[in-house]
Amino acid sequence: MGFARYLAKRAITMFGVLMATLLITVALVGSNMDTILKQSVAVEVRTAITNDKHIIIDFPSPEALEKYIQDQIKQREIVLGLDKPWYTPQRLGLAMYRILTLDFGHAKFLTSDTGSSDVKDIILEKMPRTILLFTTATVIISIIGILVGAIASSKVNSKIDKITSAFAVISSSFPVWWVGLLMIFLFAFVYPIFPARATPTVPVTDPGYYLSLLYHMSLPLITLVLIGFGSWSYLVRNFLVGVLQEDFIMAKKAAGIDKKKILYSHALKNAAPPIITILALGLSGSLGGSIITEAVFDWPGMGRLYYEAIGVLDLPVIIGETYVLTAFFLVSIFLADILYGYFDPRVRRQ
Amino acid sequence: MSFSPREIRDEFLKNNIGLIGIGILGALFGLSIIAFVTIPAESLRQWNDPASWLAYPKSAMPAWINYFLPQKIPEHLVLLPQASTQKSGDIISVTNLFAVDYQYDSFPSDFIYQYGAKYSGSPLIFMSVARPDGMVLQLISTSLPSARTEAKFTGMIFSTDDSMKKNLKNNSGKFSFSLDTLSSGDIVFSKLDQNKILKGHYIFKVTIYNVGGNLSLDESKFILGGKVYGLMGTDELRRDLAVGLLWGTPLALFIGITVSVGSVILGLVYGVFAGYKGKKTDETMMRLNDIVYAMPVLPLLIILAVTVGNSIFLIVGFLVIFGWVGIAKVSRSMALQIKELQYVEASKLMGQKGWKIIFKHIIPQLLPYTFASIAISVPGAIITEAGLSFLGLGDPTFPTWGQILHDASSYGAAERGLWWWIIPPGIMIAITGLAFVFMGHAMDTIVNPKLRR
Repeated sequence: MGFARYLAKRAITMFGVLMATLLITVALVGSNMDTILKQSVAVEVRTAITNDKHIIIDFPSPEALEKYIQDQIKQREIVLGLDKPWYTPQRLGLAMYRILTLDFGHAKFLTSDTGSSDVKDIILEKMPRTILLFTTATVIISIIGILVGAIASSKVNSKIDKITSAFAVISSSFPVWWVGLLMIFLFAFVYPIFPARATPTVPVTDPGYYLSLLYHMSLPLITLVLIGFGSWSYLVRNFLVGVLQEDFIMAKKAAGIDKKKILYSHALKNAAPPIITILALGLSGSLGGSIITEAVFDWPGMGRLYYEAIGVLDLPVIIGETYVLTAFFLVSIFLADILYGYFDPRVRRQ
Repeated sequence: MSFSPREIRDEFLKNNIGLIGIGILGALFGLSIIAFVTIPAESLRQWNDPASWLAYPKSAMPAWINYFLPQKIPEHLVLLPQASTQKSGDIISVTNLFAVDYQYDSFPSDFIYQYGAKYSGSPLIFMSVARPDGMVLQLISTSLPSARTEAKFTGMIFSTDDSMKKNLKNNSGKFSFSLDTLSSGDIVFSKLDQNKILKGHYIFKVTIYNVGGNLSLDESKFILGGKVYGLMGTDELRRDLAVGLLWGTPLALFIGITVSVGSVILGLVYGVFAGYKGKKTDETMMRLNDIVYAMPVLPLLIILAVTVGNSIFLIVGFLVIFGWVGIAKVSRSMALQIKELQYVEASKLMGQKGWKIIFKHIIPQLLPYTFASIAISVPGAIITEAGLSFLGLGDPTFPTWGQILHDASSYGAAERGLWWWIIPPGIMIAITGLAFVFMGHAMDTIVNPKLRR
């Protein structure tokens, strides 16, 4: 099987996952969505008619007017296809098609900072902040992790190795958001260095906004790094220990090549495929976890948007966000696949 | 790849980390039993009912904080009476004595006497306090509403009562400072020469007299208001956090163990079946596995909890739906190896049925690995459920640790420095997770000897 075929197969699976996730989401919120759409149609039609003085005058009694309004609502529902239940293939297909083309409709309650209620605008506004926070965190985590992991693997069973392992196990047992609460307690209450709420207080239009955003980002960033790098360096250590036991390393050692050089150039290169894969997966995984992390720190990104949308059951936003998060997740898995194949020729030649 | 149970047990007993894990788990089970025995399931329903927590203080620190403080903060005390009934002729009198050894460095915020009386007629109630210096202060004397037929009356006497203040001010000659602006508590617990705390034994005495009718008292208690309470303190809604933390233990264990056992068994059977059947079946089953594997878990869990429901059993089910995939992948590849072994071939040739081979010959080989993965997947389940509860999507009828943290976060406990509301639930989550990680790690070193190096 060639690498291209392998990738094509993965791409098809990914697309299947995207569709399945969407279908599940639409199916789960479908009936609620119907009620909401019908309500908004009814309100729309009613206000349109009652605001039009000429129509109202033409009716002899309020009952006749009411009947006329109901008829108009029915007609409008038929035009929009709302007369059929949400699970008919037509409506499902239409819903999926609209989501695929990034047409998420309008949010019910939530708006973007600039006041737009278009779900696409809201998500696009929040996305850079989430990417900023989590990409920065992942980059820092992976740098620290690779360094610490390499040091630990070069001295297996030493004190530093044991501390790394212990820290990895313990730090991954705490929920990130709980450590977040603790950090807020420590650095916003006991030592008031950072703000407790990560939403900048200056308006978006202010030139100092981005500086303020960076300052507010420090506490969530520190938390993510603190919780993340332990298990990450443990993983790197384990991969490296595996590679360091291979024959070619022994041969290099016997040839008298510098130990550090073996570790950082030869061993690390060989451990790269799984490390990079997990890095890509970790990034996407942390994006999913952003929902809780951003809620704790009140970081104005996609995760908090999702949390707010659930609070008020803003279905268009929920569907749009699920789609975007899933797409992110899948793209990074796909990237991990490509990178793995690139770094590990065995996958290509399979 | 095969291990006898004896070998596994011996290896396990040699592993210190595994033993620590077992030890913690044992302690957690002990806590669960204590929770079941001491706290009736009924009080579980009261957890979210503010009315049942009125006698407790608001956001009080744990009482043991006093050991670390030079100035002892008054503890919130709920005193139970020493009751006695006397009868002489027509007169019946019930006396409740509440003794307290007051050794704190500031005045109590208030005190409340709560009682339920069953009587007919019109009884009189007297309340007085005997101080460590021997002085007896009359606090209140009043009558209960009269009742012709036997009636039940529940009442409270507050230290803010005006007539109590008036009674105390009658003693102003004995105090060398003005009592005008002081509250009743500040007078009762004060030294005579200056308005400072008088430490020692106080006895509050409540007597109810009734002439001609019958009289019985129940549910009477004396609440001495303070700023620290109990082992774990209380939250903003006056709830005793010790109750919530204790009940969280069996709930977390239930969620963690059910989810991991469920998903490991499901994944094991699914993976082994796919691996054993091979070909088209394997291909289709693994594609489905890929699809579930690549789904974003948390967003879908949230949508499921919002739309389908958030009872604790449903959440366990949702977690199983997303939990089985990893195990299915590994057990499939293991099954692929095992089915090539000669004894499996032999039993196939002997005409054994497929499912019999799976359950009799392949799955038993995978059991050690299974136990390790059950243990390792418990913390993930506990943390995910806690996360859902933290978002406010957990089962509202049970006080889980995640829920306590959700309340803490929504009342801004972190910014306000209410550490006793935040730290214990998180530590409990981590300890429970660690117990299983340790055990899983110990199992892993037995199953994969490569890790021992």
